[in-house]
Formats: sequence, structure tokens, C-alpha cells
Amino acid sequence: MTLADHLPILPIAIPALAAPCALLVMRRRRGLAIGVSFASCVAMLGVALTLLVLAGDNTITVYALGEWPAPFGIVLVADRLAAMMLVLAATLALITLLHAVITHADRKGWHFHPLFQFQLMGLNGAFLTGDLFNLFVFFEVLLIASYGLMLHGQGSARLKAGVQYVIVNLVGSSVFLIALGLLYALTGTLNMADMGLRVAAVAPADQGLLRIAALLLVSVFALKAAVAPLHLWLARTYAVSTPAVAALFAIMTKVGVYALIRVVPQVFGDSAGAAAWVPAPYLFPAAMVSAVIGFAGVFVARNLSEQAAYAVIGSTGTLLIAVAGWTPDSLGAALYYLVHSTLAAAALFLVADVAARRRGAFAGNASPGPAFAGRSMVGLMFMAAAIATTGLPPLSGFIGKLLILKSVAALPDWGWAWGVILSTTLIGVIGFARTGSAVFWKRADEADPAKPAATRADWAAPVIALALLAMLSAGAGWASAYANAAAAQVLDPAQSARAVLAEGAQ
Amino acid sequence: MTYEFLVASAIGVLVAGGIFLSLRARTFQVVLGLTLLSYAVNLFLFASGRLVLGRPPIWDKAVSEYTDPLPQALVLTAIVITFGMTAFVVILALRSFLETGSDHVDGDTVPCDSQDGTADQAQKADAP
Repeated sequence: MTLADHLPILPIAIPALAAPCALLVMRRRRGLAIGVSFASCVAMLGVALTLLVLAGDNTITVYALGEWPAPFGIVLVADRLAAMMLVLAATLALITLLHAVITHADRKGWHFHPLFQFQLMGLNGAFLTGDLFNLFVFFEVLLIASYGLMLHGQGSARLKAGVQYVIVNLVGSSVFLIALGLLYALTGTLNMADMGLRVAAVAPADQGLLRIAALLLVSVFALKAAVAPLHLWLARTYAVSTPAVAALFAIMTKVGVYALIRVVPQVFGDSAGAAAWVPAPYLFPAAMVSAVIGFAGVFVARNLSEQAAYAVIGSTGTLLIAVAGWTPDSLGAALYYLVHSTLAAAALFLVADVAARRRGAFAGNASPGPAFAGRSMVGLMFMAAAIATTGLPPLSGFIGKLLILKSVAALPDWGWAWGVILSTTLIGVIGFARTGSAVFWKRADEADPAKPAATRADWAAPVIALALLAMLSAGAGWASAYANAAAAQVLDPAQSARAVLAEGAQ
Repeated sequence: MTYEFLVASAIGVLVAGGIFLSLRARTFQVVLGLTLLSYAVNLFLFASGRLVLGRPPIWDKAVSEYTDPLPQALVLTAIVITFGMTAFVVILALRSFLETGSDHVDGDTVPCDSQDGTADQAQKADAP
């Protein structure tokens, strides 16, 4: 095998190697640790882009770990969707790492860089794996790293929210394992492609169990994606996290969405008997409720980062409205919106941090505070991030929402979907306008003038995120064509089953 | 049949206890509940390969019946992960209690329950 054959393992191997290196040098030579961290992220982005190019002609690269053939060993599957998520994760990682380093957020504890790399390892592994139990393991890797990152910087508010976050996810992991046990007992395999073929042969007497297993699995993914009514853990956790970490967590809910998109068509497709398209009746209403709750939260939030956290819930809801259609068009629109909403949420968290750093004791509170240097520029960045999040032109949120509206128009319940998406957009716009005018226009004269952070270096990360959104909007034709092709590939599980199981036959 | 019943009822009792304790307000009880829940999950995973008595867990041409070895590997992984997670959540709960002065899961700063207060006083009364 040449090095090119080992490409799919690199997004997992690079951070796995970088994390201990960063850990070793973190205490004494912080500069070196930052270098290791950046080098690892750049390498990951390079590998991810290469995989994206390789997946561009619809080939599915299958990597059998340890050369164990497919249904028995664990495989990594790099198709269009996985490559897209890898590129997104690596890009977001570079932006948030840059912000953490510029704002010295990584100095608040000893282990920021190692945890950051382990987090990326978990994310990349979850995106690549073609094995359900392995998916569980990578979920745990990314979760335990996220516990550490979420608590990074300490403080009682973080600890309080951290206890809830950890406990909720531990219960989620237990449910995940129960679902896996049931599915293994019924099908005798854990390979997703193989399971997709074998669910058709589940005995009629076991159909009830199959349905229970499928619903349990889907509810775990819904918990990770923070879909109503399983969203309650998110707002508090994200609002109190270190902003650079919260920006990275913007992709964590998308992992849940990714798992839904990956597993449901592959395993619980048309042939799955009682479990065929099992989340279909529940996902659509739940997604609409999440969109409403999220943007209502944006409307009432009294703090910029809390507002960003609710925007994450709302945009995941909007995203899942499109996913719940399970048609190639709606899924393609959803994938485009997924990339956009991840970057937009990250930009929002970063801008909130840039503003909060300049406002002294007022921090992110959505109340009039002191004037600070560069207020108009930070205000403009906030406006751009808000425009992106709510989906106004010219940024990519508008195109994403337009694609979603267009694709769901073919579905029977399109009236509800249109009503919810359009009204939540309005609520979101009003909410952002309210906090934006309080923070960036009004001034409390009696307040002490805050001592501004002297440099403008911390503008860099949010500006890059916003520039990427602008590029996503300018290159929307190419991006949505890629997303549509990825959706078509995901909805054709036979293709990936052939690729995965043919690898085993060799 | 009785063997299956025994394992199934053990899992059931553990899950019931785990759910009950997980819904309590205090972190210590919740941690115990999560531990019970993870025991139940481990037993359940183990049973997902079917319960076979006295057979080797390795496929061999000479052996006609064998135990599925894969669930044992899965359980091993699950045990390691849940053990690490439990250790983490214990430390986190302790740290949270020491920093916030509250061991309630929802983080309410109630210094101590009236119930505990009376218990403490009762102990003090007993002590001398």
C-alpha cells in the first residue's frame, strides 16, 4: 500500500499523534504546543481537501483497519458526505484555534491544545467510521474531550453547567449502547452497510424490537443534535463555555445531524420492515418545535453568547426540517445549510466574545454599556453574523434557507415548514436587532469607560469565518451541486454497501 | 429458560434502580444511578450475543456450538469507557460541590436541606 491508500486514517491519526505531543510540551514551551496544534489542523485540512477531491467523482474510498475484511473488521468510509464534514471540521478547528490563541483563551488551563486535538480526533472518527459500535466509541472520544474543553477556564458557572452536560450525555451513551445491543442481537452485525442489508431478514416476531432499537438510536442522535424536547442541555452549556470552545461546539450538534443522515437511509431504509424511515413521523414536528424554541430564545436572550447558543438550537431545527423530508432535494439543501449554519454559529460566538472582551464588567450582557474603541466595526461584524444566522441576503444563510424552502415545497406538509421557517426568521431578525442596538448603538454614560483590549488582532477569527460565509454564498452553485450529489449518494445505500462489502471480498 | 429469566430480571432491576436514582436531585445519587445503569447496559450487551452455557467463545471446525465472542469485546470496551466516565463525573461532582457549595444537579445554591440539617443536629445531639 502506498501512502495515498492510507489517506482515510490520517484525519484520525494526525490529531491522535498531535495531542500527546502538545501535552508533553504544553507546560514549558507553549509556543511549540501552539505550533503542533496548528500544524495538525493544517495537515487535517489538507487531508480532508484531498479526500474531498477524491470523493468528487462519486468514488467511495473504503479503508479496512488492520486489513480485516469488511463485515468482520472495522472500516472507514470516505464518501462525499464524510469528506465534506471533515473539511468543515478542520476549517472550523483552524478558526477557533486561531481565536483561542489570539485571545489567550488557551492559557486559562494547561490542557487546551491536547483536549482540542482529541476533540478533533473524535469528530473526524465519527465522520469517517462505517461501523456502529465504532461510532459509539468516537462519540465517547469527542464527548470526553468536550467535557474537558467545556470546563476549560473553570469557574462555578461552568462547573454547574458541566455537571448537567456530563450527566445528560452519560445517560445518552447508555441508551446508545442499549440500541446497539438490540441491533446486534437482531442482525448479528455492527457494520452499517452490512446491517442495512440484514435488517430486511429480521424475523416478523422481532419487528417490534427492531423498531424499538431504531427509535432508541435515533433519540440518542436527536439528543446530540439538541432537537426539542432534548435540547435543554445545550443553551446553558454553550453559553458558559469559553467562546472559542463554544464556537468549536457549533459542529457538535451537527454530529448528531450527521449521524441521523448517515444511519437512517443506510440502515433503516425502505427494506427495514417495521423500522423503515423510523424517525419520519417524529422528526418533522420536533424540528419545527426546535426552530421555534431556538429563535424564541434568540428573541428573549439577555446575553450575547446565550443568544448564540439559542441560535444553534434554532438553526439545527431549521436544518432538520429539511432533513425530515428524506428526499434528495431536501437533503441536499440541508447539507448546504449544515455547512453554513456551523460557520455562522461559530462566527456569532466569536463576535460575541470580541464584543464582550471590550465591554469590561458588562461583558456580553445585552444592555447599554460603555463605548469602546472599534465599536462600529465590531457592530458591523455582529450584524454580518446575525444576517448569516437568520438567513438574510447576501450571506449564505439566505441561499440555504431559499434552497430549503424550495425543496420542502414538494412535501405534503410544506405549509407548516414554510410558516415556521419564515416566522422564525422574522423573530430572529428582531431578536438580533434588539441586542445589537442595545450593545452597539446605545451607551450608558454613567458606566465606567471600559479599558479596551488594545489590539484588533482578535478581529481576525470572526472576520475569517464571515469571509468563508461570503465565499460559501459566492460559490453557492458549486457548493450546492456538491451537497446535492452527497445527498444522492447517501440516499443510495446500495452503492456504499457494494463499495464496503466488495472491499471485504477481495 | 430460568437462566434467561435471571439475567433479564437482573437487568430490569438494575435499570429501574438506575433510572430512579438518575432522577434524584443530588449528584451523588445520580452518579450511583448512572453506575447502576451502566451495569445494566453491560449485562444487556453481554446477553445480546445470546446466552450460551459452557461453550468456547471461539469458532472452531471441531466445535458445533460456540458463544459469540463479539459481545464480550463490546462489553469490555463499554466497561472501560463507562469506568472512565464515572471516575470523571465523580471528580466533577466533587469539584462542583466544593466550588459552588451545592451538590444539587440543577446547581441551586441551597446550602443544605432542612432534612439534612435536622439529621446533622440529631447527630450533634447524640454525640455528647
